[in-house]
Amino acid sequence: MSSLRLEDVHKSFGKVEVLRGIDLEVAEHDVVCLIGASGSGKSTLLRCVNRLEPIDRGRIFVDGNEITASGIDVNTVRRGIGIVFQAFNLFPHMTVLDNVTLAPKKALGESTAEAETRAAHLLERFGLADKAAEYPDRLSGGQQQRAAIVRALAMRPQLLLLDEVTSALDPELVGEVLDVIRELAAGDMTMVIATHEMSFAREIARQVCFLDEGIILEQGTPDQIFTSPSQPRTQQFLDRIIRAGRL
Amino acid sequence: MKIFCIAEVVILFTALGLAVIRGLPGPVFFPLRLLAIVYSDVFRGIPTILLVYLLGFGIPALGLAYVSEPELLWGVPAEMVWGTVALILVYTAYVSEVYRAGIESVHQSQNAAARSLGLTHGQSLRYVVVPQAVRRVIPPLLNDFIGLQKDTALVALIGVVEAFRQSQIDSAATFNFTPYLATALMFLLVTIPLTRLTDYLIERDRRRRQTGAIAI
Repeated sequence: MSSLRLEDVHKSFGKVEVLRGIDLEVAEHDVVCLIGASGSGKSTLLRCVNRLEPIDRGRIFVDGNEITASGIDVNTVRRGIGIVFQAFNLFPHMTVLDNVTLAPKKALGESTAEAETRAAHLLERFGLADKAAEYPDRLSGGQQQRAAIVRALAMRPQLLLLDEVTSALDPELVGEVLDVIRELAAGDMTMVIATHEMSFAREIARQVCFLDEGIILEQGTPDQIFTSPSQPRTQQFLDRIIRAGRL
Repeated sequence: MKIFCIAEVVILFTALGLAVIRGLPGPVFFPLRLLAIVYSDVFRGIPTILLVYLLGFGIPALGLAYVSEPELLWGVPAEMVWGTVALILVYTAYVSEVYRAGIESVHQSQNAAARSLGLTHGQSLRYVVVPQAVRRVIPPLLNDFIGLQKDTALVALIGVVEAFRQSQIDSAATFNFTPYLATALMFLLVTIPLTRLTDYLIERDRRRRQTGAIAI
């Protein structure tokens, strides 16, 4: 069964149509990478799946249940779908531990002890055990982004959305965050990843989608997309990436 | 002093409530939002002294049946109660705007992060947005509270004897202006330590959260 399915999803901001009919299917344990120029709709697509943006037309299913139906409780939907943002969006007035345990305590009703035990495990697993009592502003960008990933994982989501999670990082910090994603992929986490890291997408994705002006112009295995794209626009985009030395 | 303390605590909560109401999303809450807007427009527009007069003299004059002893309310002179109510009404309007500015200054992405984790709008406000907003508006909040403390002198105009009125009485009796000076010092004695204390708290919070504001 597919973990995530989008049917003809449309989304406009004012007069600008950002998504113009997206169809996408993500199987359980699959890793799908969304590539494409800035403004092609990658981030909007992820935000729509999380219901942070209401969609104008179409339907979205998670585990076979339509999450865009009227009367659906968005808070319940979001508990099962983690999203990690480009700018981390950690809560600056809370320690890392509090950042991670807030939602499990308040949204899932876990006890403090329970939430903190699991948070400690996750922080340990991602090398942040000694940062639990720190405030986010005292961490490096890479550490902050790992903490944000841990915060999303603490909700035990069945689906994780990563929105250009390395774009705000210094180059030498990108690796540690990518390692986390590699580990998640190895652990069979279902993920949809919007990224500009082409070689990473090529390495980790089972499916790559090239978004162009609000539609998925081309979809296929990393090899198909990166070595023999069928669409001229995909070829153009990849040429520009290669010229920038990013592939 | 008693007037100020009671009024301040009440205002801290009512004003926050008002600010939260103005931020409620969706068309369902439009009537509530409208009510909150009308409230702050009206009570910020009316001169404080006018409202103090209006409530302090007006309400006792209505001679409401259920007020058995018009001179006393809960054992307190009625003028004092209504004067305090007037101050609360006015300052709630001012302070709610301060809170609102604070809430709006917290970047939308903070709310998005909270909501994306499955927290409700209320939980996001309670645990993520308002704590950050309040930290940011502590200096202007203090501004309003110093203003409030000084405006308690207005309540004297409807017959309540607070510090300022007492000093008027004393200096009139003795042709000596020292009571005024003493009163001025009393006001400063409250406001200055309060200001220093909040400055210290803000600074401590900043140090704890950041490695060094200038170095970054």
